[in-house]
Order: sequence, then structure tokens, then C-alpha cells
Amino acid sequence: MNFYNEMNDASGGVRAHYQGYDEWLKATPPERIARKRAEADLAFHRVGITFAVYGEEAGKERLIPFDIIPRIIPSAEWKSMQGGLRQRVKALNMFLHDVYHDQEILKAGKIPAEQVLNNTQYRAVMQGVDLPGQIYAHIAGVDIVRAGAGECYVLEDNLRVPSGVSYMLEDRKMMMRLFPELFAKHKVAPVQHYPDMLLEKLRAVAPKGVSDPTVVVLTPGAYNSAYFEHTFLAQQMGVELVEGRDLFVKDEVVYMRTTQGPQRVDVIYRRIDDDFMDPLAFRPDSALGVPGILKAYQAGNVTLSNAIGTGVADDKSIYPYVPEMIRFYLGEEPILNNVPTYMCRKPDDLAYVLAHLPELVVKEVHGAGGYGMLVGPASTREQIEHFRQLLLAKPDGYIAQPTLALSNCPTFVEEGIAPRHLDLRPFVLSSGKCVNMVPGGLTRVALTKGSLVVNSSQGGGTKDTWVLED
Amino acid sequence: MLSRTADHLFWMSRYVERAENIARLLDVTWQMSLVPQSLEAANQNWNAIIALNSLEEAYAKKYSEVNAENVLRFMVSDHDNYASIHSCLRLARENGHAVRGTITSEMWETLNSTWLEAREKSFEQISNAGVGEFFEWVKMRSSLTRGVTIGTLLQDKAYHFIRLGTLLERADNTARILDVKYHVLRPQGDEGATDFYQWGALLRSVSAFEVYRKVYRDVITPERVAELLILRNDMPRSLHFCMNGVIKNLELIANSQSGETQRQAGLLHAQLHYGRIEDILAHGLHQWLTDFMDRIYLLGDGISKDFLVPMAEAA
Repeated sequence: MNFYNEMNDASGGVRAHYQGYDEWLKATPPERIARKRAEADLAFHRVGITFAVYGEEAGKERLIPFDIIPRIIPSAEWKSMQGGLRQRVKALNMFLHDVYHDQEILKAGKIPAEQVLNNTQYRAVMQGVDLPGQIYAHIAGVDIVRAGAGECYVLEDNLRVPSGVSYMLEDRKMMMRLFPELFAKHKVAPVQHYPDMLLEKLRAVAPKGVSDPTVVVLTPGAYNSAYFEHTFLAQQMGVELVEGRDLFVKDEVVYMRTTQGPQRVDVIYRRIDDDFMDPLAFRPDSALGVPGILKAYQAGNVTLSNAIGTGVADDKSIYPYVPEMIRFYLGEEPILNNVPTYMCRKPDDLAYVLAHLPELVVKEVHGAGGYGMLVGPASTREQIEHFRQLLLAKPDGYIAQPTLALSNCPTFVEEGIAPRHLDLRPFVLSSGKCVNMVPGGLTRVALTKGSLVVNSSQGGGTKDTWVLED
Repeated sequence: MLSRTADHLFWMSRYVERAENIARLLDVTWQMSLVPQSLEAANQNWNAIIALNSLEEAYAKKYSEVNAENVLRFMVSDHDNYASIHSCLRLARENGHAVRGTITSEMWETLNSTWLEAREKSFEQISNAGVGEFFEWVKMRSSLTRGVTIGTLLQDKAYHFIRLGTLLERADNTARILDVKYHVLRPQGDEGATDFYQWGALLRSVSAFEVYRKVYRDVITPERVAELLILRNDMPRSLHFCMNGVIKNLELIANSQSGETQRQAGLLHAQLHYGRIEDILAHGLHQWLTDFMDRIYLLGDGISKDFLVPMAEAA
């Protein structure tokens, strides 16, 4: 397969936007770089920017590997990507509002109604509930990859509780600390205002009539893999980080338990899945949620961000219809490409998929985190056979896509600088009025040679992402 | 502030202070053990540490004999002992972790790196390098944590809960150190070098040796040591000083149900503020200190009920 290299062109020359960095890299002694890498590791460890299970054992607290070679995006390219992201997230929010109100798109036959209404992520309790600004996904993490000749594809729209933004910010902080001279030379668009932007959005979607809303971040607790991010965001925004047990509902109003007595809460940036939010409405065994919060939400007394039921729009079985949503709601042609997707519930698609398994990537419709997927070209015959059985048994649980030749970027690995595959997750923020984002996003990189899976739970690392200003 | 957050902050600071005070207590005992004395007397001192922390049962489960090495191992790095220095530093860090968004990043980094460093030190390493060095390190890390807190944290309720925890814990610990040492030392009676070194070590353990010299400009007597550590208003580890801070910080976090706790704290403070060492000694120091510790315990309990356990849900 031919891979697009972010830094070098096909003939081995350095792309224009990487020239400055390349010169610096050639002029910098390897010892200095090695020292800086060690410094970064130590600092990340000391600061405790950790991932995965928090616990007693040292092995349980992992650092996400950080790579010091940045991924650089030229300004013009980012502008077009940004336009595409705005368009996409806008349409997704309109879709969600439509699904939970008049269902025009279903009536128009653009998306099969049963795909939406029978979806496990569809929440009937949200039918007819009006949300401030009609926004459901206030925070979206859209995964974008570059393939083949350099064209971009959206791989996934993460609309439930996308994480990773803290790494984007910490990576930048680390790079500026380690290599200030690089920033003096390059015009790298800043990203550190993300928490301000987020707080502004959250305040903007407060319940009607609340002029100075109390915003909180709701975490499942210190044992959650993204706990660092939860504390980070709460701290950067200057709001309380709460757990379910800190909140209670009385007369359809949400309060937090403070040392001065109950205090009303207006906006909750929740980092807990729908299923666990309210034991009275969803999973009765959930100890993470708040009993009665759904009623308060339906009554319009509190805003949840993201809304209950957003999952129906980022489900892999709905993904193939996003270009259609853009045309339907906005009357525009999609700027960003979708990856061609075979829906295994369709007999023709299933037949094709079964005949081409070694070439395809098969994904569970509700899977996440790089689990439950088959990467055909990288799989053994047994794995492929296993998936064949899974597909035959439950075809509507899977989709398949051609294996994309993900772009790669020079990365420091054990054998030195070598190309590794990567993706990009920009974080798109929406309130009623506008859709914003900071330039770039989180670049995740697959550190294992040849691997196409960049998820941190699968041994992926991160890089700082630079959008160069003109 | 969230009740749970306040709870974590309160205990975070208590555990840091406790680690420091255990280091101080072990340090003074260790230093005293260097002065020529009978093995019996030395082991009695080590035994007192176990008794002081009500750890007899837990200790007996793991060690058959009370001696310097066993007690040090138990109190320094035994993970099964929740009162060991290692455990305290871990618990401080765990509580800090739960509220790392509320404390400053400098505070969190200090707590985290303290624990990470402590975890790396096995008892053998500590022992080989000399336990004294380790105790100094613990004291410095505690001072650093306190300094970073004072130097970086907004003086809001979070700060007041932290100070409250620190000072309440310190009051309790100073009382304990004084109680055990005063009685261990008292019967030995004879004037002379041994007594001087032992009292000197006690004063040093609470960073009060130089203070004593400055204040009294006279020989070291048990009565004056007691006065310094109980009644002296401006001595940072004295009971009076601690209670000054306790009532002040309590006032700053007061809520609609904390009146009784404040009254109790005020009463305790008044006794130190207007008390005389002669009266306390006449009452019997051990009994007075036991009573003080009981009341500190009740105060902690009251604080817990008033602020840390969620208040009634009536909105």
C-alpha cells in the first residue's frame, strides 16, 4: 500500500509546511532530543497526566506516550477542514433535533425509520423535549484520517463523551516548554483558550431564565480512565467537579451538596454515558448517576451536555447517512468525505463483505475504543473466520469499510525516527448561535509498526498538532 | 464548596501533617535511643509509640518483639499499617487526587511526587541511608506541601478546610508527643547530661529547641517545655497556636448548623488562652492531655457532621 507521508512528498522531498521544522531537526544534536524526550516523560509522570485504571499498582497508571515530532497542518488545509467540521456538526445537531421532534428526515425517506427508532442509542424519553438552542452535541470529537493521495475522510463522529482534549492542551504546553525556539520560528495557532470557549458554550445553553448559571463537570470518579481530563477541565474552567453522589434532585431541580447546604446546578457537562445517568430511568444498578435527573432534564430545569440520546447520531449504522443529512438540512454538498461503508444488514453488502474480508475493516456498530473490530489485512485466517461467524450470526451488528491507507508521520520510536500512522480528532463546540473549535485537535499515533489502530487503549500515543498561520 | 471536596481537602492535609508528626515522633525516639541507656528503657520508648497510636493489636499480628528495627519498619513503610508514614503519604495523595482540580497544580505535583518518591524507598534503603535522613525528608516534603499551599492557593473555603485539617491534626499530635515523652522522661529524674539530651531531643523533634533558648534563656526544665508546647501563643506547633488557627478557620467556613462545634472550639481555645501551666500540672499533665485529645477528637467529629457529611437535603 502507498501511504501519504505528512512530512515528505512521494519523491522524498520535505513538504513546504514542514521545511522549518526539518531544518531545526537536522541542526539539533540527537542527544539534545533524547534529553528532551526523557524530560517530557518525567514531567508527564510527575504531573500525573495518566490514563487507564487509577490504582495502587504502578503498572495500572499508564502514561499516554507523547511524541515530540509535531503533526503540522497548513493554514489553508485547516480552513477547509474547519468548514467541513462546522457543516457536519451543524447537520448532526439538526438531525438530532429532528429525530426527537418532527422526524422530517424519516418521513422524507432519506434514512430508514427503523434504523433510527430501533437503534439502541435512540432514547424515546427525549421525544418532544425542547433543548436550549436546539443543541444536542455541544462537544463533538470528530475523527479524521488522511488516506491515499492525501484526501481526508471522517472516520467517526463522537457525540457522546469524546475525550482527549486535555492531551491536546498538555501536549502543546509540553512542546512549548521543551522547544520554545520552535514556536519563536513558526506561527503556530494557539489552542489554550479551549477551556474558555467550552465554558462560554456551556453557559450559553443554560436553562431559560438563568442569567448566571452554575456549571459543573460530572465524573464517574477517580477510577475512570479519563479522570485526569475531567479534573483538568473542571479546574481550567473554574467549576466544581462532581460525582453522582454529590448531586440530588428535589422537585425536579438538581442540587449539589455543599458545605453551606444545597446549591442549585444549572448546566452539567457530564462524562457519564446515558445508561448510567439516572438509575430511575435507565440502568437501575448504576451508582454513578443521579436518581431523578431525567425528570429535571425533561422539565427544562437543567441542561445536560451532551444531551441524552445523542448516541443515535454517532452510531456506526447511522454514519453512512451523514452526507445525506447535510444535503437534507443544509442544502449543501458535504465538504468532508465519508468512508464508503458496507452495511452488513443489507444482503448485498453482506455478501460483498463476506467475500472480501481480508481486505476490509469490520467494526461493531456500537463498538468503541478500537475493541471488537477486524482489520482484514493485518489479521490471521482464524480471526477472519471468527468474524465471518459473527457476521453471519448477527449481520446488523456490523459495518465494513475498505482498509484505508492511513497517512503517516515521522515519529520517535525505539529504532529512531520512523513513519507511524495517525489520525486527528478536532473538538467541535456548539451552542445555539455558533459552532467553534480551536485550530487543530488531538493527533493520535499508532506506535506499533504497521498498526492502523491509534486508540490509547490499544497502545497509541499522541503528538502536538500545529496549524500554521499564514 | 462540595461537602465531598471539603472532606478530601480536610483529610489530605491531616494525612500530610500526620506523616510529618510520625516522623517527628520516631525521630525523637530514635535520637533518644542514641544516648546511653538500658535496653529495657530503650524498648520502653519504642513500645510507647505503638501504644500512643493504639496500634498494639495490629503490631502484635506482625511482630513478636518490640524493638527499634521492628517499630521503625512498622511505622515507616508497612503498607498494612494505615498509620505508617508510607500509608499517610499515600492517603494524602489519594485524597489530593480526588480533588486535584480544586487544589493548584503545584500542590498536586508536590503530593504526587512525594508519594512516588516514598514508594520507591524500601525500608532497607531508608535504614541503610540512616532513618534520620528519611525523617528530615518527610518533614521537608510536609513543609513544602504546606508552603506550596500557602503560596499558591486562593484563600477561599478550600484553603480554610486545609488549614483546619492541618492545625487540628497538629494539635492532636503535639499533645501525643508531649504526653508520651513527658512521662517517659519524668521518672528518670536525676539531673544531668542524659536528661538534658533527652529534653533537647524532644524540643528538636517539634522544632522548638532554638525557640526554647530564645524564649527562656535558661536551662531546660520539663515544666517549661510543657508550657512552651501547650500555652505559648506564638509557637507554631503549640496547642494554643493550633487552636488559634482552628477557631479562626472554623469561623470562616461557618454554616447554619455549626454553632455548637464553634462553641466547643472556642471553649477549648479559651482554656489555652487564659490557662496557667501551674494549674495544668497540678491537675496532672497526663490527665489534662488525655482530656484535650478527647476533645480534639470530638471537635473533628463535629466538623465532620457539620460540613463534610452532606447536609440535609431540604432545599
